[in-house]
Amino acid sequence: MTGPLLEVRGLTATVTTRREVIQAVRGISFDINADEAVGFVGESGCGKSVTAKALMRLAPEGASIGLGGSVAFWGQDLLGLGEDEMRDLRGRRIAMVFQDPMTSLNPVMSIGAQMGDMLRRHLGLSVKDARERSIELLALVGIPDPADRIDDFPHQFSGGQRQRVLIAIAISCEPDLLIADEPTTALDVTVQAQILRLLLRLREERGMGLMLITHDFGVVAGMVDRVNVMYRGEIVEAGPVDDVFARPQHAYTRALLDAVPRLHGVGAAR
Amino acid sequence: MTEPLLQVRDLSVLFPARRGAPPVKAVERLSFEIAPGQTLGLVGQSGSGKTTAGRAILQLQKASAGSVRLLGQELTTMRSGELRRMRRHMQFVLQNPYSSLHPRMTIGQILSEPLQVHHTVPKNRIRERVEELLELVNLDPAMIRRYPHEFSGGQRQRVVIARALAVNPDFVVCDEPVSALDVRTQAQIVTLLQSLQEKLGLSYLFIAHDLAIVREMAHRVAVMFRGRIVEMGSAAQVYDSPAHPYTQLLLDAVPVPDPVLQRERLRRPPPDLRFLDGDHCGCVHGIDHARDGTPEWHEVAPGHGVSCRYWPRGTGRDAA
Repeated sequence: MTGPLLEVRGLTATVTTRREVIQAVRGISFDINADEAVGFVGESGCGKSVTAKALMRLAPEGASIGLGGSVAFWGQDLLGLGEDEMRDLRGRRIAMVFQDPMTSLNPVMSIGAQMGDMLRRHLGLSVKDARERSIELLALVGIPDPADRIDDFPHQFSGGQRQRVLIAIAISCEPDLLIADEPTTALDVTVQAQILRLLLRLREERGMGLMLITHDFGVVAGMVDRVNVMYRGEIVEAGPVDDVFARPQHAYTRALLDAVPRLHGVGAAR
Repeated sequence: MTEPLLQVRDLSVLFPARRGAPPVKAVERLSFEIAPGQTLGLVGQSGSGKTTAGRAILQLQKASAGSVRLLGQELTTMRSGELRRMRRHMQFVLQNPYSSLHPRMTIGQILSEPLQVHHTVPKNRIRERVEELLELVNLDPAMIRRYPHEFSGGQRQRVVIARALAVNPDFVVCDEPVSALDVRTQAQIVTLLQSLQEKLGLSYLFIAHDLAIVREMAHRVAVMFRGRIVEMGSAAQVYDSPAHPYTQLLLDAVPVPDPVLQRERLRRPPPDLRFLDGDHCGCVHGIDHARDGTPEWHEVAPGHGVSCRYWPRGTGRDAA
C-alpha cells in the first residue's frame, strides 16, 4: 500500500438540525500518514469534531450531515462507499474514542460482552477466543486484574478506567487509524496524563495513525507530529507541531496560543 | 497586617450515611483567611471537596463543625433573617453560564432582581444601576432587553458576574467560572475578574481544577485532597516550590503548551496513582491518615504550610 493512510481533499460538511443548517466544514484538505499523529485544535464550533464524524460518515447527534469533497483511506474513496461497507470499515480499520466514556458504553452490558461483540463481529472470533482476547486487551490498557473485571458493568469502573476500556475496544481490531475526540477532557489532570501516556505507547507499539482532536494546546503539544488549527470550518494553519507552537503564522493561532494560561514564567505572575 | 475579610476555622462538612454507606467527610477542618482585595485559589481533583467548601462558606450547605467569619461576623450560627442581610456581602459565580440564567427573563430583569430583593438602590434608580452594571462587565447597556439565549457563552458569564456584583458584595465565590469557556473567552473573563477586583476591592475564593488558570488569578493557593487542605501558600510558593507530594503530582500532570517540554514530561516514568483509586483512604504515601491521626501542619516558609506526615522530605518512609 502506498500513499497516505488518509487523504482528505476539499471536504465539506453541512449539518442540518431541526432548527438550522450549518456549514460546519468548509472545504478542508489534509493528509494523515501511516504511523503519524496529527492534531486538530480550535475553539468550540470550529468544525473539528464534525470533521472527525465526517470521516466516519457519522452525523452529530440529532442532526443529519451532508458531505462533499473526497476522503481517501488507503486510496479507497470513503464518501462513495455503501453503508454496509462503511459499517465494516468503522471500528475495524478506523476506530474512534470520544470524550465521554459513560455515554459511549452501554450501561446494561458487561464490558466483556461489549468487547466480545466487536471482536466476534469484525474478526469472527469464537466466544471463548473473544473473551481471552478481551482480557488481553484490558491488561494492555492497564486495567488491573482484567480476568476479574471483564464481567463488570461500566458503572463499576472509574472515569479513567472507563476511558481505558473504550480505548481497549477501539484498538481491539487493530485499526490503521484511531480518531480520538477530546479523549481526556472529562478527566482529572493526573488521570489525563495516564491516558495520554497510554495513547502514546499504543501508537508506538502498533504503528497506528492517530487523529487527535482537542481544544487543549497542552494536550496536543506532546502527542502529535503535525497540527491543524481550525477556525470556522476551515484549516487556517497547518504544520509540524514544533513550528506552529514556536512560530505561529496565522494571527488566529497566535491569539489562541497567547490566551493559554501558563503554570510558570510569562503570564503566570500575580 | 489588615484584618482578614473572611476567616474560616476548622470548617467541616459531613454527609450523613446513606444506604448502608458510611458518612462521608466531604470537608475536614478547613482553615484559611482571605484579606480584602485578595484571591485565594482552591485547587484539587474532582470530588476533593472544593465545591462543598465554597457552598459551606456561603452557608448554602450546612457545616457540621467550625466557624466562618465574614467582615467579623460569625455566619454559621446566624438566624436566617440576619443571614439574608449578610448575603449582599457575599455572592457566587458558577460554572455553567447556560443554566444559571433564567431563559425567560431579559438581562434587565435578571440584573434588577437582586437590587429589588436587597433594596440596595431606590426603585427609580434601578434602571440606571443595571446599565452601570452592564458597562462594568463591558457589555453594551443597549442589551438590557435581550434574552440569555441571544448571548455567547462569554457574554452570559459576564451577565452572571454583573448579577453577582449588583449588590456591591465584598466577597465572591467563583466556582469553575471559566471551565466551560473557550481559551480566548477564558482569558477575557479572567482579565475582567482581575480588573473588577482592583476597581472594587473584591475578595475572591476562586475554585478551579485548572491549575494554570488559578495561577493567573490567585494571590494565595490552597490544594485540597480528600476534603483536606494539604498545602497552602502564595501562588509562587505553591507552584514554584511545592512541598506536598500531591501538589507536585498535580503540577507534573498539567500538560504544558510546549512540544519539546511536554514530550519529555510524557516520557518520564509515570507516577504511581494507586492511592487515587479504591476506598477513599490512604494518602500519596499509602498512609491512612484517618486511622493514623491527621498529621500536623508544618510551616515550610513564612506563609507556606504543608500537611504531610513525611515532611520534610527525606524523613519517615522516604528515608527508611
